[in-house]
Amino acid sequence: MIVLSDYLIVAALLFSLGVIGLFLNRKNVITILMCIELMLLAVNLNLVAFSHYLNDLAGQVFVFFVLTVAASEVAVGLAILVAFYRTRRSIEVEDINTLQG
Amino acid sequence: MLETAFFYMFGGLAVLAATGVVLARNTMYSVMWLIFCFFNAAGLFFMLDAEFLGIILILIYVGAVMVLFIFVIMMLEINTAVLREGFLQYLPTGGLVALVLLIEFVAASRSGAFSQGAKATAEHFGREVNNTVEIGKLLYTKYLLGFEVAAVILLVALVGAIVLTLRARKDAKYQNISAQVRVRKEDRVRKVRL
Repeated sequence: MIVLSDYLIVAALLFSLGVIGLFLNRKNVITILMCIELMLLAVNLNLVAFSHYLNDLAGQVFVFFVLTVAASEVAVGLAILVAFYRTRRSIEVEDINTLQG
Repeated sequence: MLETAFFYMFGGLAVLAATGVVLARNTMYSVMWLIFCFFNAAGLFFMLDAEFLGIILILIYVGAVMVLFIFVIMMLEINTAVLREGFLQYLPTGGLVALVLLIEFVAASRSGAFSQGAKATAEHFGREVNNTVEIGKLLYTKYLLGFEVAAVILLVALVGAIVLTLRARKDAKYQNISAQVRVRKEDRVRKVRL
């Protein structure tokens, strides 16, 4: 029998891998965005697992909203990336420093 | 027992794919691993009786968001070797942060009500329960305001992405409509005496 904590542990592993990815790939904006996706997926898995085990559909509705926000975040993030690449010919995070005072 | 086997398959493959996302040398391989991870997470969603969200995850994430990632990666010319420089520089810090997070999460989920007792176990719904219908009933009544706010967020993201990437060409010729409308006969026609 699969209990609730098993799903929570899978989600915790996914979230921790996303955090490690943020540190390791800190130069590559695309991979950083993918690691954020990974962390959001872990949160979604938690919400769905709680929704199932507590027998309350509100969790699944909130996953719906999280998916919406994640999709718009990716769209705007990649648009910023493309606009930045056009001016600087690079996607390194360390090159994004022209706004430094 | 079949459920347990499927849980370990989907969960293990999802974690394996997440490791691949983090460690892959090529960004394209990272995207492929992430797609694989989403498929396995959708499998876990199916096991949790959330069929609608599982399908949505595959359709929207794999079908739209990850294709957007692939689009951008293929459009930009990326030097992967430069991006990999100093890859392991922050491994001690990042590993420590992630390890502490993981230990906290696992300790919180293994202790108390989530690992045993009434809240930790649940029966699957019968065939007569339709997940999509139930979510629809809730989404269009109790959470209608949130649903419409989500729609506005998507619209703003759409407009924002277009505004950010729109590039006005200098050599293109545009109509100046207000000038066209305001033009008078005297501006265009000049009588000359021969």
